[in-house]
Amino acid sequence: MKSRSALRGPKKNPGVNTEVTEGTKGLIRQYPLFLRPLRDLRVHPGFLLGLTLCLAGCAHRTTNTGELRFTIASDPKTLNPLLVEDDSSEIVRYLTGGVLIRVNRKTQENEPALATSWKVSKDGRQIDFELRPNVEFSDGTPFTADDVVATMKALMDPNLHSSTGDAFRSGNGKVSAESKGKYEVSVTFPKPVAGMERLFDQVAISPARMAGKGDASVVLGPFMLTDEKPGQYVLLKRNPYYWKQDSAGHQLPYLSAVRLYVLQNRDTELLRFHQGDVQLINKLSPDLYEQLRAEDPSAARDLGPSVESEELWFNEVPRSPLPAYKKAWFRSRNFRRAISMAINRGDLARVAFRGHATASVGLLSPANKFWFDQNLKPQAYDPRGALQLLQQDGFRRDGTTLKDAAGHPVVFSLITNSGNTTRERMGSLIQQDLQQIGIQLNFVPLDFPSIAERITKTFDYESCLLGLTNVDLDPNGQMNVWLSSADLHQWNPDQKTPDTPWEAEIDHYMRAQASSLDRASRKKDFDKVQEIVDDEQPMLYLVDKNALVAVSPGVKGADPVVLTPETYWNVEYLSLDGNTR
Amino acid sequence: MTRMRWMASGLLVLVFLLALGASVISPAPYEKQYRASIDHAPSKQFLLGTDDLGRDRLARLLYGMRISLLLAPAAALIATLLAALIGGAGAYAGGNWERLTHAAIDLFLSLPWLFLLLTLRALLPLDIPATTSVIVTFALLGTLGWAASARVVSAEVRSVRHSDFVLQARAAGCSEWRLLCRQVLPNVKPILLAQFWISVPLFILTEANLGMLGLGVTEPMPSWGNLLRELENYSSLRHSPWLWAPLLSLVLVVSLFQFVLGGEEYAS
Repeated sequence: MKSRSALRGPKKNPGVNTEVTEGTKGLIRQYPLFLRPLRDLRVHPGFLLGLTLCLAGCAHRTTNTGELRFTIASDPKTLNPLLVEDDSSEIVRYLTGGVLIRVNRKTQENEPALATSWKVSKDGRQIDFELRPNVEFSDGTPFTADDVVATMKALMDPNLHSSTGDAFRSGNGKVSAESKGKYEVSVTFPKPVAGMERLFDQVAISPARMAGKGDASVVLGPFMLTDEKPGQYVLLKRNPYYWKQDSAGHQLPYLSAVRLYVLQNRDTELLRFHQGDVQLINKLSPDLYEQLRAEDPSAARDLGPSVESEELWFNEVPRSPLPAYKKAWFRSRNFRRAISMAINRGDLARVAFRGHATASVGLLSPANKFWFDQNLKPQAYDPRGALQLLQQDGFRRDGTTLKDAAGHPVVFSLITNSGNTTRERMGSLIQQDLQQIGIQLNFVPLDFPSIAERITKTFDYESCLLGLTNVDLDPNGQMNVWLSSADLHQWNPDQKTPDTPWEAEIDHYMRAQASSLDRASRKKDFDKVQEIVDDEQPMLYLVDKNALVAVSPGVKGADPVVLTPETYWNVEYLSLDGNTR
Repeated sequence: MTRMRWMASGLLVLVFLLALGASVISPAPYEKQYRASIDHAPSKQFLLGTDDLGRDRLARLLYGMRISLLLAPAAALIATLLAALIGGAGAYAGGNWERLTHAAIDLFLSLPWLFLLLTLRALLPLDIPATTSVIVTFALLGTLGWAASARVVSAEVRSVRHSDFVLQARAAGCSEWRLLCRQVLPNVKPILLAQFWISVPLFILTEANLGMLGLGVTEPMPSWGNLLRELENYSSLRHSPWLWAPLLSLVLVVSLFQFVLGGEEYAS
């Protein structure tokens, strides 16, 4: 037995207190200062050693590898997974939601998640799921087919106004979900839905009792919401009942928590990354990427072309308040093609994006591996060819000015959102390119609400430069752009009947691909759409941006990809090393 | 004039000559993009290096100085004259006129100018050439930027109006017009000059901020204001000290102005 006085004895070495006690029988027990409370509790060092080894083994095997931190641009507008529309809510849904089918962001293929298998009926109107047995929600309640049925019913409830649900509405009639056993579910659609499996990647299953009212705290995903401070952070903790295990049979996720800081300023985000306060950045601007690469090359990663592109289009809306002669320019195929040829896309990528972009070939980026049309040829920079095309439409050079057949000098404005350095650079480059063929371009950066007002309501603009992201790799996700009746058919939206024969043709092929279940046939139809767009150039696709991300060297298991969410798509497998935790 | 003021005047004349002769002495056109030489450090070909589009920084600085040196003082003059007219006249008249003037100034200062300017930009046509956009911008600054100066001028005029020498002049039968021209204005002049010189750099910087709303000097035309926007990138400044050139030249010019014209007033 150790006497209290011996334990309290004076220390010769302030760092380590060494003493021989009767209970150790010859063993020397060393107590560093920070272990003195254990000594007071009379803990044997052998026990300590065992405990340490045990904890180390557990840590290696399973969890508690720290809190991963990154930023979101704003507070999530909703925590209800069925009502997600903004990026921040989408991030929370990705991290917390359990889905039936997960699109692997790396292979771009569908993978089993809560559904172990599925089968689409021959008529394309029904999908049958076999669910994973013995899965539990984060509160420990069991997951069954009833939860899927309830979630699908809530999703398709017109009173909920879920935009995720809109994607499932293939035609008039109800979408019904029916359980055929504890772990079997059938979902039936009124009309065939091409590529319907991918849509389930967006549907986070909630418990039946909470369907339509889910709040990310009772979930089937790797993390669950535990704390939220508006304007500061969202804290997600590890779901102890998460169903997934790694290849060695260890429980996932490895991380104990994910903290999402609410931060709008990208410069500050990079600053906090340097300070180690943030460990991942998903979307870096070319300038910030270069800055990071100069200071910390191991953290900066250029993943190559992403699915984000930059486009320019002309206002072709017949009711727009533009003079008739300008409407005629913009509706001319030759004029649009000439402008496209006169823009040096290579320079846009090299100068505006500091080399972190590639000249666009068509409406899809090559990053969309399956649907990208390999037959398309890149648009060559050819100012002479552009002038020849314009001459076919009666345009002629008068000194340094290009004039149309009626003698109007070719002057038009290009609007874009102000504050976006890269886009402002693009505007200046295009300005000089067009000057070479005698066109005066007035480049006008405007605040975003003004742009939105002009391009969607008043149509008081001439041309616009903006970027689009193809969130869904499947062409069905672009129906709202390519159908002439669509509201995002930017150059001439909401047409009652197609204004031009080629738009009617696009409508036809888009509908054909949407109603076919044969992937090869769909691909053929969508290739045709890509070729028509390439030929008519209603949108001038300029560059495909590279995916630029930052990953702290302390994050283990990171394997960034070009699809969103680039850095944490495999969040279950991420862990932090000792220095980063 | 002191020797220092002579030197300052000489330097100021030199700066003006450089700016006015930009088209002659500039090594390259301000809008010309040398795309193979983006973000270059100073060299024999580009004395101040090139910007992110490969444009000669020196050429852009000279042209930008010309635009800002001509138009910012013009806008400051408009603003100061309006301030003298509205603030000074109201305070000199006194009574209800003064109260009315103060109410107008307060109202003007309390307006959300950012949103009003956004609305104004939305009303302007998109297709205005760069030169027109420059004139419109500085005219707007001049006509909208008088209120703060007017308050200062008003306070000074009120103080002068109640001073003993004005009282004596009035008692001696001096006419109002003569009183205004011979007694009040000379005493308010230092304040007006100070307001003028304060407004010049302020308008230059405001023009740069308006660029964010699509209202400032538009591309490819340079202005001192939009050149200063390069200072936003703090990390570049460490490695590229030549980026400080627009700021240093602005500080130099404003200081020279203070020396040449303000010094006399401060001395008195």
